[in-house]
Amino acid sequence: MRLTVNGQQHDLHSPPLTSLLTALREELDITSPKAGCHQGGCGACTVLVDGEARRSCLVSLAAVNGATITTVEGLGTADDLSPVQAAFDEHYAAQCGFCTSGFIMAATALIDRTPKAGREEILAALSGHVCRCTGYIKIVSAVEAAAKGDVHPEQVEPSFDPEEAAVLIPGSPA
Amino acid sequence: MTATSLAEAQVIAPTSRAEAVDAFGDGSGVTVLGGGTILMPEMNYGRLRPERVLLLQNAGLSGVVRNGSSLTIGAMTTVAELEQAPEPLGTAARNVADHEIRAQATLGGNLCVHAGGATPRGDLQAALIALGAQVTTAGKGGERTEPIEDFVAAPDGRLLLEVEFEEPTRSGYAAAHRPHAHAYTILAVCATETPAGLRVGLSGAGRNGLRARSVEDALAGGASAEEASQKALDDAQTQDDALASAWYRQRLLPILVQRALDDLGGGK
Repeated sequence: MRLTVNGQQHDLHSPPLTSLLTALREELDITSPKAGCHQGGCGACTVLVDGEARRSCLVSLAAVNGATITTVEGLGTADDLSPVQAAFDEHYAAQCGFCTSGFIMAATALIDRTPKAGREEILAALSGHVCRCTGYIKIVSAVEAAAKGDVHPEQVEPSFDPEEAAVLIPGSPA
Repeated sequence: MTATSLAEAQVIAPTSRAEAVDAFGDGSGVTVLGGGTILMPEMNYGRLRPERVLLLQNAGLSGVVRNGSSLTIGAMTTVAELEQAPEPLGTAARNVADHEIRAQATLGGNLCVHAGGATPRGDLQAALIALGAQVTTAGKGGERTEPIEDFVAAPDGRLLLEVEFEEPTRSGYAAAHRPHAHAYTILAVCATETPAGLRVGLSGAGRNGLRARSVEDALAGGASAEEASQKALDDAQTQDDALASAWYRQRLLPILVQRALDDLGGGK
């Protein structure tokens, strides 16, 4: 099986019915796709297959032989984030981070096929992705901003107001 | 014989319909892999270790062909491609899971799936039963065409090739869902009217999609929609499962049948 992953060609030796998720993580050591449920129900393993969002746990290697795969590792770097990555950073749209890769890949695919996606389209496109920290509001805000092009990658540091934190968490040392 | 590891499975990837039919043979020992949304979890969790896998994605079995008011849909057509299909199939397709799953799941998988996790699956079955679809399959004894309600009751040993139906003059749809995108539909009712008469299909009222002939007969005999809706219980084989109890489904079913019939009356 041959795959082009994030621009690099690989010949894989995993059995053809191995899931793309397992092959990426365990054979290629590409770990941004997360192994959440292994049955398509959580969205954490979402990657782009030939530019379209797919659950990598539901795709066998045999089914994607010759395909081009993109994961978060292929989007941006810490110094040069993709617009969706920058929006997630700016809007503080990650908590524990486990679901983040899947959301970012699904949002990237959405904005690619619907450049001016509105809130309803964003909600519909992300409906199968689960954030167990329940941080959906900030995730949707981030994707809305990315869809509008309202992203400021230079302001990568999230603003933090100690007094506001003290109000949010009474008695907090912050 | 079942293989003990995924590495032992033989994967066959036919590149034409004829090759697929030939490789399937009488179906014994063959596991058909379509979009993967149903079988991949089984393999990921080690519940399925197939001996021989028929990978259909390049077998030329996908696509929708319209000929006047008649539509022929290949087994490997994705659920996403059916979102714009004539009603009530379009609505049923749009209600399946989420964007990524619909882009991968196929018509064939939806019709061949067994009840999984003790939950009825196959949201498209009610729509296609209501549309009076005919299913063409291959297997022992060669190719054959039969009504979809007969096929979904016993899909084993057959390779689904295509589904054909006439666009109805009117259609109706009513369903009960849980709010999560990936929950299977609790119960869906589809109704259509064609020059040949009125048809009603049910998903979630039994292990597979069912045709509500008792409702159709009652309406043909002059019963009101309300009276006819109660007759759906004669056709249902409701079971307790992870989504709802049989008791609940029996109470829900006549209400949804009536809503689907009312929706039909709306002239959609």
